[in-house]
Amino acid sequence: MKRIRIYEEHCIGCGLCEVHCLVQHSRSRKIIRAFREERDTVLPRVQVERDGYLSFALQCRHCDDALCIEACMTGAMYRDPETGAVLCDTDRCVGCWMCIMACPAGAIQRGTEGKVASKCDLCIGQDVPVCVINCPNEAIVLEDDDDE
Amino acid sequence: MSDAKYLIIGNSAAAIAAVSGIREVDPDGTITLVAREEHHTYSRPLITYLLGGKVDEEGMLYRPADWYERVGVNTILGAEVTSVDPQAHTVTTADGRTLGYEKLLIAVGGTPIVPRDLQGADAAGVFTFTTWDDAHAIRQYIEEHGVQLAVVIGGGLIGLKSVEALVALGIRTTVVELADRMLSATFDETASRLAQKRLAEAGVEVRCGTTATELLSEDGSVVGAKLSDGDTVPCELVILAIGVLPATDLVEGSAVATDRGILVDDGMRTSAEDVFAAGDVAQARALLCGTKRCIAIFPNAYRQGAIAGRNMAGADATWDGGLVMNSVTVVDMPTISVGVTEARGEDCEELSELDEDAYSYRKIVLEGDRIVGAVFVGEIDRAGIITGLIRERIDVSSVREMLLTDDFGLISVPAEYRRRVLSGTGVQ
Ligand SMILES: Cc1cc2nc3c(=O)[nH]c(=O)nc-3n(C[C@H](O)[C@H](O)[C@H](O)COP(=O)(O)OP(=O)(O)OC[C@H]3O[C@@H](n4cnc5c(N)ncnc54)[C@H](O)[C@@H]3O)c2cc1C
Ligand code: SF4
Ligand code: SF4
Repeated sequence: MKRIRIYEEHCIGCGLCEVHCLVQHSRSRKIIRAFREERDTVLPRVQVERDGYLSFALQCRHCDDALCIEACMTGAMYRDPETGAVLCDTDRCVGCWMCIMACPAGAIQRGTEGKVASKCDLCIGQDVPVCVINCPNEAIVLEDDDDE
Repeated sequence: MSDAKYLIIGNSAAAIAAVSGIREVDPDGTITLVAREEHHTYSRPLITYLLGGKVDEEGMLYRPADWYERVGVNTILGAEVTSVDPQAHTVTTADGRTLGYEKLLIAVGGTPIVPRDLQGADAAGVFTFTTWDDAHAIRQYIEEHGVQLAVVIGGGLIGLKSVEALVALGIRTTVVELADRMLSATFDETASRLAQKRLAEAGVEVRCGTTATELLSEDGSVVGAKLSDGDTVPCELVILAIGVLPATDLVEGSAVATDRGILVDDGMRTSAEDVFAAGDVAQARALLCGTKRCIAIFPNAYRQGAIAGRNMAGADATWDGGLVMNSVTVVDMPTISVGVTEARGEDCEELSELDEDAYSYRKIVLEGDRIVGAVFVGEIDRAGIITGLIRERIDVSSVREMLLTDDFGLISVPAEYRRRVLSGTGVQ
C-alpha cells in the first residue's frame, strides 16, 4: 500500500501540514473560515512533535498490524480493502477510546465534534494527502511500500 | 450437513477475528460458525449503550449485515454446543445435531456469575447483563414496571457500565461493591476515588465494603436488597454484575484441559489435537507475569482469535502475551488503565500527577527500567504510546523524566523504538 513516510531529518517544524490538514477536514475547506469559525469543531489529524531541534509530523501509520482495529469494540475502525488505509466509520464510533489506549503512535485524538475518534484518513478521494503536498521540505512523502 | 474444514463455536470478538485470520491464509476452506445467540455478530460492550439509548439496534452490529456471505461463512445461529469430542472430531448441539470438523475453535466467552449464597436471586426483576437479549429483557422490565430505583451488585467494569445506562434512563441507582472501592481490579485508589466522586455527583449512591445477602420480593418481584452491613435498599430492579467465568462446561470430561479457563499455548492450541480456544474462555500467557491467566477483555479476545484462525489454517502465529487494559468513561470523564496500576515489590516506583479538582490524574508504574502499568484520568490522548512501551518492554531509563510532562509524545521515546512505530510495518 501507499504510506506516508516521515523524514525527521528534513522536518523544520513549520506546522504547515497541520494547517492544511485542519482545513481539508473542516466543513468549509477555506483556510480563514476554518480557523475563525470552525476551530472548535475540527482537529488536525497530523501533529508536529517538537523537542529542541528535532521535529517530525506524525499521522496514523496505517499499520500492517493495526492494534486500533483489534481494540475497537464496535467495529468502527476498519481497514479499507482497496487502499489498505485504516479508517474510522464515524457513524459507528461511540467514543469509547479503546483505540486511543491501543495505538502505539498516539495518532488518534478524541474528536471535538460528536465525540468520535479523529485520525488521519489519508485524505480519502485525493491521490496525495494535503500534508504531503504542502510540506515545503519533503519531510513527509507518499511512498509505495509493497516491496517491503 | 457435510463436515466443515473449520468449525468455530462462538460469534463474537474472538470468533470473528478467527474467521478473518483463517481467510488471510486460506481463502476458500469451508468455515462453519455455530453460536447460541441468534443475533448477527454484535458488539457485546455496546449492550449497556443499547439499554441507555445511546446506540440503536443497527449500531449494535459488529460487522456489516452481509459480512458472513462476503467472507464465505456458513452460520448456525441459535444452537448451543453442549459437548466436544476431540477424538471423533465432532461437537454436539443441544438440539441434537452432530457437527464434524478438521480444525475446531472454541470461542464461547464467559458465563455471568450468580452468587450461590445470594437468596432470592430468582425473583422477577433480577438480571445478569452480558447479552443483547439481557438488554432487551431489562428494558422491557423497566418499562412494564415503571422502575425508578435500581441496585447494581458489583462495582467493576460491567457494573459501572450498567449504572451509566440506568442513569441515562433516569433511574436512581445504588452500586454495592464488596471491595473497599469501585473498579479495584483495574484502578488504583486515586482513580477509584475520582470515579466514585464523579458518580456521586451524578446522583449515584456508591456503597463499598458491603454486599447483598438477600434479595427481597413481593408477589415474586424484587422490592429490595438486604446488605451484609444490615441495611436494606429498596429497589425495583437488580443487576448482578459480579463478573463472568470462562464458559468451560462444554469441554468438561473431554481431552481439552482446563484450569480456570481452557488452557492454551502461545499458538492458541489446547491440549487436544486440532482444537483451539480464544477469547474470554481461554487461559493464555500473560505478558507481565508470564503465567497463564484469563484476561477477559475485548482486545485480547480479538488478537487471540486472529492468531487461532491463522494457525488453524496452517500458519505459525504467536501470542505476545495478554495485558490487562481498559478504557472507560465515567460520567463524561475518560479513563484509561493499563497493566499494573499499583507499585508492588522493591524494584517498583510510581510517578504521578494529580489535579483533584480538575479530575485530572496520570500515573506511571515502573519496575526497574521498564513501565509495567499506567493510569490516566481526564487527559488520555497519548496513553497508547505508554501502552506500546509496556507491551514492547522498552527500557525507558533515558526518558523517564519526560514521561509525565505535558509535551510527552512519540518524540520522547527511545529513537530506535520510535522508528519502528513510525514505519507502521508492525510493532512486533
Ligand atoms: C456489559 C459489558 C461491557 C464490556 N465492556 C468492555 C470494554 O469496555 N472493554 C473491554 O475490553 N471489554 C469489555 N467487555 C468484555 C468483552 O465484551 C469481552 O472480553 C469479549 O466480548 C470477549 O469476546 P469472546 O469472543 O471471547 O466471547 P463473547 O463475546 O462472550 O461471545 C461468546 C460467543 O459464544 C457464543 N456461545 C457461548 N456459549 C456457547 C455454546 N455453548 N454453544 C454455542 N455458542 C456459544 C455466544 O452466543 C457468543 O456468540 C464487556 C463485557 C460486557 C458484558
Ligand atoms: S491509529 Fe495507530 S494503531 Fe491504528 S493504524 Fe494508525 S498508527 Fe497504527
Ligand atoms: S473510539 Fe470509536 S473507533 Fe475508537 S475504539 Fe471506540 S468505537 Fe472504535
